[in-house]
Amino acid sequence: MIEIVSTERCVTCDVCIAVCPTNVFDRGPDGVPVIARQDDCQTCFMCEAHCPADALFVAPLRQPAEAGSPLRDEAHLTENGLLGSYRKEIGWGRGRKPGARLAVGPELGFARTTPRA
Amino acid sequence: MPTEPTPLDLTADVVVAGGGPAGAWAALAAAQSGADVLLLDKGYCGTSGPTASGGTGVWYVRPDPEDREKAMASREALGGHLADRRWAARVLDQTYENMHRLGTEARYPFPVVDGEPYRRGVQGPEYMRRMRSWIRRAGVRILDHSPVLELLTDPSGAVAGVRGHRRQHDMAYRVRAGAVVLATGGCAFLSKALGCDVDTGDGALYAAEVGAELSGMEFSNAYGIAPAFASVTKTAYYNFATFFRADGSLLAGASSQGGRAVIAAELMRTGTVLCSLDQATPEQQAGMRLGQPNFFLPFDRLGIDPFTDRFPVTLLLEGTVRGTGGIRITDDECATTVPGLYAAGDAATRELICGGFTGGGSHNAAWAMSSGTWAGRGAARFAATLGGGSARRRLVATGEAGLRSGAEVAEEAILSVREQVHPYEKNYLRHGDRLRPALAELDGAWSGLRGGAAVRGAAAIRSRQAAAMVAHARWMYTSALARTESRGMARREEFPELDPAQHHRLTVGGLDRIWVRPEAGARQAVAS
Repeated sequence: MIEIVSTERCVTCDVCIAVCPTNVFDRGPDGVPVIARQDDCQTCFMCEAHCPADALFVAPLRQPAEAGSPLRDEAHLTENGLLGSYRKEIGWGRGRKPGARLAVGPELGFARTTPRA
Repeated sequence: MPTEPTPLDLTADVVVAGGGPAGAWAALAAAQSGADVLLLDKGYCGTSGPTASGGTGVWYVRPDPEDREKAMASREALGGHLADRRWAARVLDQTYENMHRLGTEARYPFPVVDGEPYRRGVQGPEYMRRMRSWIRRAGVRILDHSPVLELLTDPSGAVAGVRGHRRQHDMAYRVRAGAVVLATGGCAFLSKALGCDVDTGDGALYAAEVGAELSGMEFSNAYGIAPAFASVTKTAYYNFATFFRADGSLLAGASSQGGRAVIAAELMRTGTVLCSLDQATPEQQAGMRLGQPNFFLPFDRLGIDPFTDRFPVTLLLEGTVRGTGGIRITDDECATTVPGLYAAGDAATRELICGGFTGGGSHNAAWAMSSGTWAGRGAARFAATLGGGSARRRLVATGEAGLRSGAEVAEEAILSVREQVHPYEKNYLRHGDRLRPALAELDGAWSGLRGGAAVRGAAAIRSRQAAAMVAHARWMYTSALARTESRGMARREEFPELDPAQHHRLTVGGLDRIWVRPEAGARQAVAS
């Protein structure tokens, strides 16, 4: 679920408010969007992909992260290059090559069934 | 009592409800047929739905007779022989054309393999971002965060518009329209599967309220494999997995295809199934990263190496998003049984090309773009035949359940539908003795949504979703009880065999009283 809107990085463009398919954000009094309805977050990472300032972080959990979790610690996430990492992987942002250009997955063939021990 | 703000009053030749791939292609086709088009998305056209947030293969086959034959034959048995080859061929042709147009007209950056664009898949965020720009260039007006709440008909019963609510402006709206395309997606019952929470089956409810029929609703028990903690259902990549019990021993017979029941049974028994994608070669691992970057987000962010570590998995309900049931289609332009109403994508039945089984994205993606194209054209043509008087028709509101029931009732109904539809022992490993009491509970939830005081705004959106999910579940279980055999995805523990006498599709409909019967054409075929 969405955990962080970085007040330091946010450029108050409101793109996340517009693109969130489940309407999780509201405009905050200082212009920085607030996570108003975290329960409605479907962990689809779309706000992160569209944020031009790499200011958002979606923890990869279907439940809110626990208090004290590193997934809620902006300094930790920044240090580990996790803010904006999805946008980078799909190649969005100025000067990047679209990830779609490279997206050739493996042949899937037949499913493997776990054998008996 | 709050009063409704002044409604926004609009007109359009064609209204498209839903802005996923089916809705976007429908809007494009309608606009390019000369219609004035308004697209209404509950969320945001470009991010709404499972396609936008994921990536998907596309059922893209060169127009070579042998390749086509192979593509159509490969899934027929799996789907219980309920698919239609004429429709499959139409979809293959239309998908081939659309994928080329996506590359040339929308400049989608397909990978280049051996000097040729590789068109067998699309990356969701890129695909849907381009579809949004493309349809806007084609003149389509888009209202985001503007869910439809009900259909409006003219006094003859033909669909003549919609009413809805702009949730970020807290403003009611009404649109007079010549025709409406429902591309509102399937129903995944708020399971938090990737991108699926906007899919609450709304369109199916609205369609049924004006008298449309549904089909294939027993094929609605799709569950995708996801890490136990995460939303990312990407079942195909578990082709490379080995599954284990909590104690580390192998979970024999478990697999992504044909072995999910083993996983469900173990999850019910102990609550834990572990897996490792240890069968992928280094080349395959690299390909997976390029093909589906979002598959790796949960692992990378939690420091798990899915190729060597063992991690817990679960099954998340994807319902009719990856099942095949939906609004019944009655002609080549994706019309429904109601004049002026068209259906496309997951909201429409996919039995025509998949029979009783889909699962993966590739047929679904092909169906979305093909059915969207036909529905858009059909709706534009229908609207054009109405002439100038169409915008002066008297409008009749058709919405009922959930529009006059309190917010608490809606929350109770949502809890109830989750309880009756999510559990594996009810919806996945089906048995009449468990389906019947579940259906009785759902009938109770439905009754609760039929009375009470009027609701508006955000509360109305929520309670209409609740009503749509309850209705969806009741059609599903009524159909599942009527199919006393195991065919396609619809399995009954007490009827494990395929019954040749039930080689037909099931049509279902109704609201307070639900009916189910073999599809009319099939009955005639049996009789002759």
